[in-house]
Amino acid sequence: MQTFDLEAQGLRALNSTLHALKGQTNQTAWEIINPKGAHAIAVGLDAAVDVTVRGSTGYYCGGMNKLATVRIKGSAGPGVAENMMSGTVIIDGDASQYAGATGRGGLLVIKGNASSRCGISMKGIDIVVHGNIGHMSAFMAQSGNLVVLGDAGEALGDSLYEARLFVRGSVKSLGTDCIEKEMRPEHYEILADLLKRGEADGKAKPQEFKRYGSARKLYNFNIDNASSY
Amino acid sequence: MSDFPHTPPRQSWTFSNDVNAEIRRAAATGIYDIRGGGSKRHLPHFDDLLFLGASISRYPLEGYREKCATDVWLGTRFAKKPIHLDIPVTIAGMSFGALSGPAKEALGRGATAAGTSTTTGDGGMTEEERGHSKTLVYQYLPSRYGMNPDDLRRADAIEVVVGQGAKPGGGGMLLGQKISDRVAMMRNLPKGIDQRSACRHPDWTGPDDLEIKIMEIREITDWEKPIYVKIGGARPYYDTALAVKAGADVVVLDGMQGGTAATQDVFIENVGMPILACIPQAVKALHDLGMHRKVQLIVSGGIRSGADVAKAMALGADAVAIGTAALIALGDNDPIYEAEYNKLGTTAGAYDDWHEGKDPAGITTQDPELFKRFDPILGGRRLKNYLKVMTLEAQTIARACGKNHLHNLEPEDLCALTIEAAAMSGVPLAGTNWVPGKSGTF
Repeated sequence: MQTFDLEAQGLRALNSTLHALKGQTNQTAWEIINPKGAHAIAVGLDAAVDVTVRGSTGYYCGGMNKLATVRIKGSAGPGVAENMMSGTVIIDGDASQYAGATGRGGLLVIKGNASSRCGISMKGIDIVVHGNIGHMSAFMAQSGNLVVLGDAGEALGDSLYEARLFVRGSVKSLGTDCIEKEMRPEHYEILADLLKRGEADGKAKPQEFKRYGSARKLYNFNIDNASSY
Repeated sequence: MSDFPHTPPRQSWTFSNDVNAEIRRAAATGIYDIRGGGSKRHLPHFDDLLFLGASISRYPLEGYREKCATDVWLGTRFAKKPIHLDIPVTIAGMSFGALSGPAKEALGRGATAAGTSTTTGDGGMTEEERGHSKTLVYQYLPSRYGMNPDDLRRADAIEVVVGQGAKPGGGGMLLGQKISDRVAMMRNLPKGIDQRSACRHPDWTGPDDLEIKIMEIREITDWEKPIYVKIGGARPYYDTALAVKAGADVVVLDGMQGGTAATQDVFIENVGMPILACIPQAVKALHDLGMHRKVQLIVSGGIRSGADVAKAMALGADAVAIGTAALIALGDNDPIYEAEYNKLGTTAGAYDDWHEGKDPAGITTQDPELFKRFDPILGGRRLKNYLKVMTLEAQTIARACGKNHLHNLEPEDLCALTIEAAAMSGVPLAGTNWVPGKSGTF
């Protein structure tokens, strides 16, 4: 385990050190101490390394991650794992706004609650939230899966495209063009896999969830739908 | 018929034939007009400024003999690898999706041959463009279509797009008919559906967040790449100041004449300001912060000739960007396709339904049969020629003003033809020392 003291060594040194871990490396386990809410911790990683952040982070921790596993032993600020390509980001605490925004792949696990706009414009990422999510989550979500063990706030899935939303608790309201959809066998399979990989299989069963997705009525502009916009 | 003189039929200025036609079109279709391009209305512009030339107090440089340099450095504030261009005329962001792959290739070829940069656009980076562009600026847009860290690192600079001149405050829409398999794949969306480009970024709001976002991008790219911030001509003084505060290396300022691939006509014609009114405010913000020439300013929106380049630079810009003019150089709206424009209900020069994907010139389309008409090698050569001509023209004017570098042009080299242009540009009305609202007398 390599230990990096962020307060003493600085952000630039941290990210450049982690960026240097390309391809084969035997330094696969890293621990970052004293994060103290700093922004842009462990962004742009591109190696199958395991990075544990001992504390809470500011904006964009794990941004544009590829391959790496980033564990946050605290809470995460806005935009955690934004535009993630692959790999895994696991947050023990809560996540602020825009968690997983525009993510294209990989898995984001939030063991606490997520604030508003969780999964906004997601493009293939899988997100598992053990708690609740805030309003306007999965806004314009294009693809990928959002799993919520708790409740969802207002306007879930507004203007979404092909992303799948699974919510176990209540949904305060659905956004424009978002509807409840049938749970078919393939959805139970997807959900079971995500619950397992999201370290939530002991907390909930696939049968307890409802699925939400796009009614696809706004896919091509029609003036008769103008009141929906 | 009486022999008395009678009042001839009189058309209304307010309800002109054009206005009435639009009312009838709206009534018939129930939808607003969407089109490409920038504002078509008459606006105060660079045509309303003139250069004074040399005189007893200013001596000129000899054309073709005495040097007048044209190069520009961009991104010298923070980037480890700033960009050096031979000429200060860059190619503005235009998306793959709006444009065909061969058109993007031609832009790269022409820009590279002329010693300047090109810019991606909404929809990601294509191999055609990266492969043929020596210097490529990668746009970081609200939609984040095609955004990935590998392309961020392959770029030579990154442009965070906050707004564009044709539609400050507006997003975009690529209509389903242009969504080919390839465009759909790059944007992670099903084929054939309308693709909405968001009007604001999904993971930041406001200048304080922007500062953190820029810092994140710098960290991902190891502080190598210049970071541009592109703003539409809305509040150029404050937006420029805030972009500088947020850490921009370069501010890109786009006036309302700047084009778009597809937006509502009502938006294009009624939101934003002409570039002439924007440049002095942005330059003032840079001066007030002590950052003029330290943070470079690129301006765009209706740049057509070397005279426009020289005037923009005299007002304080470091470089310009062209979009519409570059497309025309490639062959857009060429009268050789007049018969086909007629079939589409328009005429060469006025064709602006780029979103429909039926461009006879094969540039703003994803139809393989149409874009076969466009030769990217020839298109690139035409663009190179045009860029070279613009540069020669700007040099000609600069030498006449006694300048050995385009950057040495200054507001004192200019006068304004109209009171409006004098007020907007801050240079005196021709024949006076009067700048409305500032100083001097009529």
